[in-house]
Amino acid sequence: MADGSIGLWTVPLAVLGGAIRVSTPFLFVSLGECITERSGRINLGLEGTLVMGAMSAYGISYLTGSPWLGVLAAGITGALLGALHAGICSLPRVNDVAVGIALMLFGTGLAFYLGKPLIEPTAPRLPAIDFGWWSDIPQVRAALRINVLFLIGVVLAPILYWAFRTTRWGLLIRTAGESSDAARAMGHSVLLIRLRATMVGGFLAGIGGSFLSLFYPGSWNEGLSSGQGITAVALVIFARWDPLLCLWASLAFGGAAALGPALQSVGVTSGYHLFNAAPYILTLAIMIITCSPKRTLTGAPAELSITR
Amino acid sequence: MTTEAADSTDAVGTVAPAADPGFLQRHGGTIEYILIPGAALVGALAVFGIFVAMFGKNPLDLYFYMYYGAFGTWFSWQNTLTRAAPLILTALCTALPAQLGMVIIGGEGALLIGALSATSAALALQGMPPFVVQVAMVCAGVIGGGLWIMLAGGLRQYRGVNETISSLLLVYIALAILNHLVEGLMRDPASLNKPSTREIGAANMIGSIPGTDVHWGLVFGLIAAIASYILIYHTVFGFAARVAGGNIRAAKIVGLGVDKLILTVCFLAGGAAGLAGMVEVAAVQGRTNANLAAGYGFTGILVAFLARQNPLAIIPVAILLGGISASGGLLQRRLGLPDASVLVLQGIIFVFVLASDALYGRIGFLKGKS
Repeated sequence: MADGSIGLWTVPLAVLGGAIRVSTPFLFVSLGECITERSGRINLGLEGTLVMGAMSAYGISYLTGSPWLGVLAAGITGALLGALHAGICSLPRVNDVAVGIALMLFGTGLAFYLGKPLIEPTAPRLPAIDFGWWSDIPQVRAALRINVLFLIGVVLAPILYWAFRTTRWGLLIRTAGESSDAARAMGHSVLLIRLRATMVGGFLAGIGGSFLSLFYPGSWNEGLSSGQGITAVALVIFARWDPLLCLWASLAFGGAAALGPALQSVGVTSGYHLFNAAPYILTLAIMIITCSPKRTLTGAPAELSITR
Repeated sequence: MTTEAADSTDAVGTVAPAADPGFLQRHGGTIEYILIPGAALVGALAVFGIFVAMFGKNPLDLYFYMYYGAFGTWFSWQNTLTRAAPLILTALCTALPAQLGMVIIGGEGALLIGALSATSAALALQGMPPFVVQVAMVCAGVIGGGLWIMLAGGLRQYRGVNETISSLLLVYIALAILNHLVEGLMRDPASLNKPSTREIGAANMIGSIPGTDVHWGLVFGLIAAIASYILIYHTVFGFAARVAGGNIRAAKIVGLGVDKLILTVCFLAGGAAGLAGMVEVAAVQGRTNANLAAGYGFTGILVAFLARQNPLAIIPVAILLGGISASGGLLQRRLGLPDASVLVLQGIIFVFVLASDALYGRIGFLKGKS
């Protein structure tokens, strides 16, 4: 293996590297959605948030020259979209699933509109840490060039897991998600809890979007996100609303998504599009296996409209 | 539905109004269904005007060009109606399952699969009389799209998989299948830059309604919408579907075959969107390629919600939104707005329409209390 020609090993290596690279948006969106759904509301609009986050991160990074300001801008954009979602959903008799679909269209449309002038210029990108310095093999080094955002996400998952179990606000979010009556009886405003949870969820999803435009693939165009946002929402169901499982699921999905390009790099080009659809097929397959019409899913917040 | 019920209890509960008991009381519900979405539309247009004004464009110019590009001339009317045809059909893909309380947003996928099936049928039957080919294309499109959405319905019914998410995932899977076939098995070697299937043949195209440039797809859409209306509001099947949509437990107790209802309705819904795909192939593109994923399926969701899932109301709403997308080109040329401005406006309209749901039954003068 040390002679540099690693042959078919390229594929698993590329899948591993891809799992780390591609999974980051999945990870952030699913962690954000996890928080939102635990509070008893589903935000399907995170697809739009992701694209808006990608656009605003790229724009701010281009204008200010600082990619980290771009990441922050993406988070704030996402939080604002989350506030919009939560605000509309607080009105009586408004369906949160439908509002999510509307914001999906709105977010992508707005991002394409505002992002028109950003297709040409190149913005400064996020730096990567080289974890592959010990290896001489370029493929290994490429696979281990890891972005800081991924590491933040990896740390965030156990923190969220811990926070849901032990902290005051984690408990409040879960109360609002399991029984809004109980939360109200304790003197808390369910709408306010959900507003905050949706804003934090949007913030994280926006950051996931900034990864798309500022690191991998690392440019802004209208085909940047093709359903990663919605896949991540489905992924939360598969992960049973558990932040730690979200991490593993995101890695698996990233690997699946990297399969197409990895096979293409070794010359397997037939079925390229089918391999690109692997995350969607995987999501659907997993949902078919794990869901059941007879019972609600274990771990599902009782107030969630989508599992009832 | 609920507002009407609330209105009648109000009327019983309060002292009977003295004079003309009222037009407003009898038709308050209907007026609400027109007034509230209408107001939402106006509000959305106003917000879009402000949005455009922030970029230094004159909103009055915007409204003028939107009107002109959509309904100003006979040419723009034809453009609008051509775009309305697939919108009617894809809106049915959301509106029909909505009667059962399902939120299906995968019309785009059924459209693509319908287009692919219709093209395959046409290519397999080359040399047959055009009428035979066209009928086969309609059947293939309806069956292909129908089975695609029926899959989402079946997964929900038998496996408990959420139909909103599964139908959306199926859009991406359909697009992958289409790209795979168009660039592989079904590719016309002559299509170099834009991989496409072979042409279905000029003789097999369904052509225009005499005297216009509007293709027959519009008639397909009108027939499908009216048939859906009759099916839902004037047949036993439609009644059963609405009962199941209102209260699924009650439907099961009275012995309705809910499984069969859901599968049938999903098949019809997907069939409508598949027909839209067939129409786009047989009247516009003449072949299948990635151009077909033009977003008709997603705009159709908006049409269905704006029409409050009523198949008859879908017709005018589809024409309205067809007009908005028809005016996109003019906005681009005259005002220099990006083509995504139509998407932004659609998003704003959608948000306003959903937020306006909170208003039903709350408009004082429509309750007839005063």
